[in-house]
Amino acid sequence: MHDKQVRRRRAVLILLVAVSLILLTAYFGETPTSPLHSVQRGVVEVLSPVEQGASTVLAPVRSAAAWVSDTLHAKSQVKQLQARVQQLTFQLGQAKGAELQNHQLSHLVHLDNSSGIQAYRPVTAQVIARDPTLWYQTVEVDKGSDDGVRLHDPVIADKGLVGEVSEVSPTASIVSLITDHTVSVTARVTDASGDTGELVPAVGNPNQLVLQYLQPPNPGQIQNGPQPGQLVVSAGFRSNSLESYFPPNIPIGVVAQFNEDQLFNDGQIQVTPSADLRHFTVAQILTAPQPGTERAQAPPG
Amino acid sequence: MTELKDKLKLPLRLILLAFVAVLIQESAVSQVSIFGVSADITPLVVMSVGLLCGSTTGAVFGFATGLLIDLVLVQTLGVTSLLYIVIGYWAGRLRELRDPSHELVPLAGGALASAFAGLGMAMIQFLLGVDAPVSLLLLQQIFVVVLVNTLLALPIHALVRRIIRPVLPEDPRRRRRRAYTTGGLSPLQQGAARRGLTSRTSAR
Repeated sequence: MHDKQVRRRRAVLILLVAVSLILLTAYFGETPTSPLHSVQRGVVEVLSPVEQGASTVLAPVRSAAAWVSDTLHAKSQVKQLQARVQQLTFQLGQAKGAELQNHQLSHLVHLDNSSGIQAYRPVTAQVIARDPTLWYQTVEVDKGSDDGVRLHDPVIADKGLVGEVSEVSPTASIVSLITDHTVSVTARVTDASGDTGELVPAVGNPNQLVLQYLQPPNPGQIQNGPQPGQLVVSAGFRSNSLESYFPPNIPIGVVAQFNEDQLFNDGQIQVTPSADLRHFTVAQILTAPQPGTERAQAPPG
Repeated sequence: MTELKDKLKLPLRLILLAFVAVLIQESAVSQVSIFGVSADITPLVVMSVGLLCGSTTGAVFGFATGLLIDLVLVQTLGVTSLLYIVIGYWAGRLRELRDPSHELVPLAGGALASAFAGLGMAMIQFLLGVDAPVSLLLLQQIFVVVLVNTLLALPIHALVRRIIRPVLPEDPRRRRRRAYTTGGLSPLQQGAARRGLTSRTSAR
């Protein structure tokens, strides 16, 4: 009797582990249009109304818990934010001046004003679920292909780029955040030389990104290179009718304190994201490229 | 018919428990940040089910909960299931081999389950390949998650016990232990106690 129980227990364990390994192997080698991915999209589609309801019902609990957590966290942020306000006030003054000048010059050369976010047909979406693991930095939003959302659409929130759409179902989408290890963005530092590199996350540190493949500045002109506090924006590109997935000049973060050796030897600096990636609850999905252009496509697979 | 109904009560409650736990985790708990991380109640629920129901049920519950998480969050299928099978099975074996009765067992179990889930996930991700630099802060983050989860382990265990205990089949070993610690469950003894009589053992 006891032997039978032991045998049954072991058989169940082996069966479950085998099924998990088969699923893992099959899923890992599949393309996004394969059956297992379709099943996942189906489950997301079925469960998204339930999650939406649960998210609404549990909103007061979430808010209360967030209030307690934020209060504890706020004290440590006061000094840091005061310094940041000073810096931003200075930058705002400069930006206002530049904006005025830009406006006047644009009129002079008859440039259109279509580079604003509105040109990308933004769709406002509510965050209904969030992945708790440190490895998958994803959120689920309540807008899908029925609202015009497509795969790889850029997502902004909290006045900065937060990620891209990685799965779409008719009524919901999964957004991979810029801190997810599968996402990388071409970004530019707003320094004198406009250094451009690839922005990738530092896995395990949700408050830090790494801007890599930067051209090290000339040792004699180090002041023209990246400096802590400088804004980092999406680089984007536009070539005739082709446009990059991420539109240019969307703020992503600011240059953090970095080691100069790292910049000279590895061409890397640290960037702190502008958006609060753990707390944003509303996001905007940019569902269309600028009028008259189409998005560049990566080869499938 | 009634017997079949009774037999189905436990699986039904476990299915509902897994579904509600995943839903609450993704819709509320994940969106609250404590010390910069979010708590994860799902390994705690799997550990509690293992502790209360045994290894086979624990492993099956872990597999199902992990699969549901992977499906809902569009993660690589099988990763969370694999980790949660081990947590459920291990917690169940602990119950079957040691039958721990100390009140702090869920606390230690919760810490171990969370640490295993965090480190196991990191190991599997490394094996699958990571396209970005990995910060050493990952270890610190896993440690903080384990700490936060440990604080939640006792209330979660109490809640899970409250939900599934009424439909758990009576375990003969537990009945024996209760008899030992409460002075016996014999109807004769209980009747004698009600009449104000004392047994020979307690008269000494």
